[in-house]
Amino acid sequence: MIYNIEVGLKDSQPDPRGTGIANSIVDLGIQSGGIAVSVNDCYWLEGTLTSEELVRIASELLVDPITQFYSFSTLQTTDTPDMHNVIVTYNPGVADPVEETLLQAISGMGITTVSAAKTAQHYVIKGLLCQEKLDIITSRLLVNPIIQRVVKELPKVFPQNPRYQFQLKLVDILSADEENLLQIGRDYTLNKDEILAIRSHFVSLGRNPTDAEMETLGQTWSEHCVHKTFKAHFEFEGQEIGNLLKNTIMQATKELSPDWCLSVFRDNAGVIAFDQNWAVCFKVETHNHPSAIEPYGGAATGVGGVVRDVMGTGMGAKPIANTDVFCFGPPDYDFERLPPGVLHPRRIFKGVRAGVADYGNRLGIPTLNGAILFDERYTTNPLIFCGTIGLMPRDMSQMGQQSPGDKVVLVGGRTGRDGIHGVTFASEQLTRDSTDLSFTSVQIGNAIMEKKVLDGQLKARDKKLYSRITDCGGGGLSSAVGEMAQETGVKIYLDKVPLKYAGLSYSEIWISESQERMLLAVPPANVDELICTFAEEGAEATVIGEFTDDRKLTLCYNENVVCDLDMQFLHGGIPQMNLVASWQKAIHPEPQITPLNDYNEMLLQILSAWNVCSKEWVIRQYDHEVQGSSVLKPLVGAQEDGPGDAAIIRPLADSACGLIISNGINTRYGDIDPYWMAASAIDEALRQIIAVGGSLEKVALLDNFCWGSVKESQSLGALILATQACHDLSLAYKAPFISGKDSLNNEYEHNGKRISIPHTLLISAISVMPEATKAISMDFKEAGNLIYVLGNTFAELGGSEYYAQLGYIGNRSPIVNAESSHKLMCDLSKATAQGLVCACHDLSDGGLAVALSEMAFAGGLGAKVTLRTLPLGEDIQQDDILLFSESNSRFLVEVDPRKLEEFENVLYDNAFAVIGEVTATDMLEIEGLQGNLVVSIPIQKLKESWQKPLRW
Amino acid sequence: MSIVKVLLLRAPGINREEETAIAFEQAGAVTQFATINQVARADFRFRDYQVLVFPGGFAYGDNLGAGRVLSNELNLKLKDEIAPFISNGGLVLGICNGFQTLVKAGILPGPTSNGQSVTLTNNDSGRFECRWVYLTANPNSKCVFTRNIETIYVPVAHGEGKLVAPPEVVEKLDVALYYTDMKGRRQAGYPFNPNGSVNDIAGITDESGRVFGLMPHPEDHIYNTHHPRWTRGEAQISGLGSAIYHNAVNWVRSL
Repeated sequence: MIYNIEVGLKDSQPDPRGTGIANSIVDLGIQSGGIAVSVNDCYWLEGTLTSEELVRIASELLVDPITQFYSFSTLQTTDTPDMHNVIVTYNPGVADPVEETLLQAISGMGITTVSAAKTAQHYVIKGLLCQEKLDIITSRLLVNPIIQRVVKELPKVFPQNPRYQFQLKLVDILSADEENLLQIGRDYTLNKDEILAIRSHFVSLGRNPTDAEMETLGQTWSEHCVHKTFKAHFEFEGQEIGNLLKNTIMQATKELSPDWCLSVFRDNAGVIAFDQNWAVCFKVETHNHPSAIEPYGGAATGVGGVVRDVMGTGMGAKPIANTDVFCFGPPDYDFERLPPGVLHPRRIFKGVRAGVADYGNRLGIPTLNGAILFDERYTTNPLIFCGTIGLMPRDMSQMGQQSPGDKVVLVGGRTGRDGIHGVTFASEQLTRDSTDLSFTSVQIGNAIMEKKVLDGQLKARDKKLYSRITDCGGGGLSSAVGEMAQETGVKIYLDKVPLKYAGLSYSEIWISESQERMLLAVPPANVDELICTFAEEGAEATVIGEFTDDRKLTLCYNENVVCDLDMQFLHGGIPQMNLVASWQKAIHPEPQITPLNDYNEMLLQILSAWNVCSKEWVIRQYDHEVQGSSVLKPLVGAQEDGPGDAAIIRPLADSACGLIISNGINTRYGDIDPYWMAASAIDEALRQIIAVGGSLEKVALLDNFCWGSVKESQSLGALILATQACHDLSLAYKAPFISGKDSLNNEYEHNGKRISIPHTLLISAISVMPEATKAISMDFKEAGNLIYVLGNTFAELGGSEYYAQLGYIGNRSPIVNAESSHKLMCDLSKATAQGLVCACHDLSDGGLAVALSEMAFAGGLGAKVTLRTLPLGEDIQQDDILLFSESNSRFLVEVDPRKLEEFENVLYDNAFAVIGEVTATDMLEIEGLQGNLVVSIPIQKLKESWQKPLRW
Repeated sequence: MSIVKVLLLRAPGINREEETAIAFEQAGAVTQFATINQVARADFRFRDYQVLVFPGGFAYGDNLGAGRVLSNELNLKLKDEIAPFISNGGLVLGICNGFQTLVKAGILPGPTSNGQSVTLTNNDSGRFECRWVYLTANPNSKCVFTRNIETIYVPVAHGEGKLVAPPEVVEKLDVALYYTDMKGRRQAGYPFNPNGSVNDIAGITDESGRVFGLMPHPEDHIYNTHHPRWTRGEAQISGLGSAIYHNAVNWVRSL
């Protein structure tokens, strides 16, 4: 039978979870107050238990005797007009790590008669609410139908999965007519050329492919795995481009080829040298679509995935830092305008944040750097970028090579139907009855499983027990095995793969995207020790096959061969795409601006803009101290709440070397010019490295393209321009790209209208710093110090925050003069290395006025400056342009007046000027061109405007 | 000088053991990691060490409440090991998740035979928070880890750190560390007391003074560059967390 143990807080105890929901109900705008919510946790156990055992489980394992009570209720609740019960549980098939822990702990107590466990939340909502409002609360706050549902009572049984009966499935492509053939292609996400190539291959073999072979080809030839758009042949405005990636981004790296780049565009992450003995690798991935549908689980598995990328680089790296960048719709988006089935941006934001934090915090990886952008066009297509940096011995930085005869070992979580064909599969299932629901397949990440795998892996690596490693990510085993065995060949016994539950077919096992799995090649002599090493950490390792020398991918299920593919065809048979791209610059209306006497209100408004305001609420929920490596934290200044430009860690206790992590992203500029958007993002990421005391000597870049439709030639044109900018700027700054990733076709169709995301390029940068103690922070340090502006200001307001506040995009977005910028950055880093700089901040969103405000309130000091001495790149007569222009390659620098001469000598031949000084008053005062004060605001007020919007 | 040996206990999800080991090594100790199972199998024996540490992290994902599953496992597998270790003069330190584990196993405030009498529960903010706090030592505490400490500045990183107990229990607690403001004043309110802990309690010791648990992470402030305001020249204003580890090592050496 099924037992319910319900655990709740005693009356005297505050219930932060319930309070949070009550506050969110008020946020929904349907109730002004008078609501109280309490949340009880329900644990459902299936099996046979004595009442003593039930009491033991409840009292020893589930309840906190000080703050909580438990009961064995039947869950038969009765609602009254002012008290409502909502019981929410996970859909069958959703893997919840709590259930696993619970079962293990019960068996650890010597109780062996519990066969299954589930969890549920029982919400008790007190307050007068009509059914309609209750339904809104339930659907908007308590339940996500993709993974959860409301139940009215305790289930009688947990549904069982039917057992699987083997049956070989063939896909009839030999006799299919053209229309059917194209349909088969679409079923496996293959385009026309691809399915035709597959057909002629199988015609020559004289047989039809199996479903597993088609799945393998579909996964291996997917955009996700081979980046076929980036490798396509393009016709673009009279240019012929053979392979976009090779001819732009990779070409620049090849030209630069510095000796400190150890492994680029080859492995799961790019690798650079850290010092004589150590190397670091960096990868940034996106997890957009899953996070749009199930924000918490989608984002959590996004972190898990990129961490495994790093674990699967070279012979395996230890993750030492996480970064994350999110793009959401505005948190104040009108509920009524949301297309059906689309979650509100605020809910996506909160869920994603929680998923990223819970997973990263549990893994013990500090989250140090990031950004959050808001734009209406991300409402239906949020972007979630997760990055991880790993550290490994330098002699383990290269990909391993297995020998024929080495065993294929799968480590970590068990395999279920998770993520098969993406989450759309799960959502289709929701209308069916509950038995069918057991096939739904969304996974809640299990960070502790990944931690166990990581701990075991690092030990196995140092004992040199395996010859090669990679992660199981998109496409599951089909991608990981296929890629690893490309040069040798492999034979896999799919029936040996450990399963979460019965009922999976051989092809489901093959393509399952169950998380927290790594794939290893292990010499036969080491297999036993390897299995023991992982077992000691609580992780399962299983031999599922062996590498061969026949360059074939052979899959067996029991005695049956279910896949027999040539590696050469699998990896070399994909036809190159031929694409036509174009670019026509859009013309946006220009605002007619009447000059104002002062810009106090505008500055406060910009500081409160979603894209500018403080993200402290998010940052503090990430552990940025774990591993004890932080040198420059994400929040800096007198009260530890100013916006640091880049993070610095010192990952090795016995080395002075630091690692700087930064990012640049400027989607608004892309509405005007994708080339200069990309250039600006690179400039921004590098500015931040320079601003914290770094140099351009050893900087590596990562690209992440998230684009709208790539079926439109304009959109492809934008992509080409952006990649060309990456090439040009990479060469100009001598900063090679070491890895990258793309996520294309981010658009949403509603009522026949397509909403595309703005073209988004995230540039992530990493830099090695010889002495971490040379770091500087952006907060003003001392009254009386001089304030310099470095770099010329231009009338570049297109795509700026200022224009956005006025409701315009404009046409002149910032460009980059790489030559002068490169010189300026090099000279400024000389000045910081010589200890001539007290504080430095780069100028970005909101321009000079915002950067000055941030330095002042972060330092708890005022400033008095003039716009009259500002270095200009052209004649500008308007205060607002000087205050808010977002021209690139500019810095604000605080210098001790006693070091003026030395500083200016180092900066000789660059554009710079003193604009004023730090003051002991609490005022930011900016004098305009006419000598009047165009800004005069107490720093507390500036800070309040900046902090208020996201003080959730 | 005698060698001070420290055993750091690991479990799935524990993640601050390495920096804690570095903090002990910086203080002159020799460290060893062991999993609960290795101790249960007697691969490692508590009696070979003078200091036993429960480091921070998320044991078993904190899935049934912070420290709950690990404390249960401890009571099931190692109860007969821990009690003699403590009564024979060993030192025990539980940090963050380790503190939660000690409290839920009834080892703190003790005696263990009384079972759990104190808990660490959800922060008043309802959120996990990572921020720096001033800790002021109680000069009247018997705690050997906090001797001669006035104020230290260290980070917290937890979601369940609010100490709660019935008033009659709180009254008798030997509080070793309080959350205070920069000048050592209690009742400074949030965020100085980051979780709403009763009486601003950050760490407690047992009646021997040798078993000590605290929520904050002194191991994350053992270099000047850990201090969040070191770039402002303020690294020296409040003490390093290292003092806790030095005290433990020096106490063992003084025996």
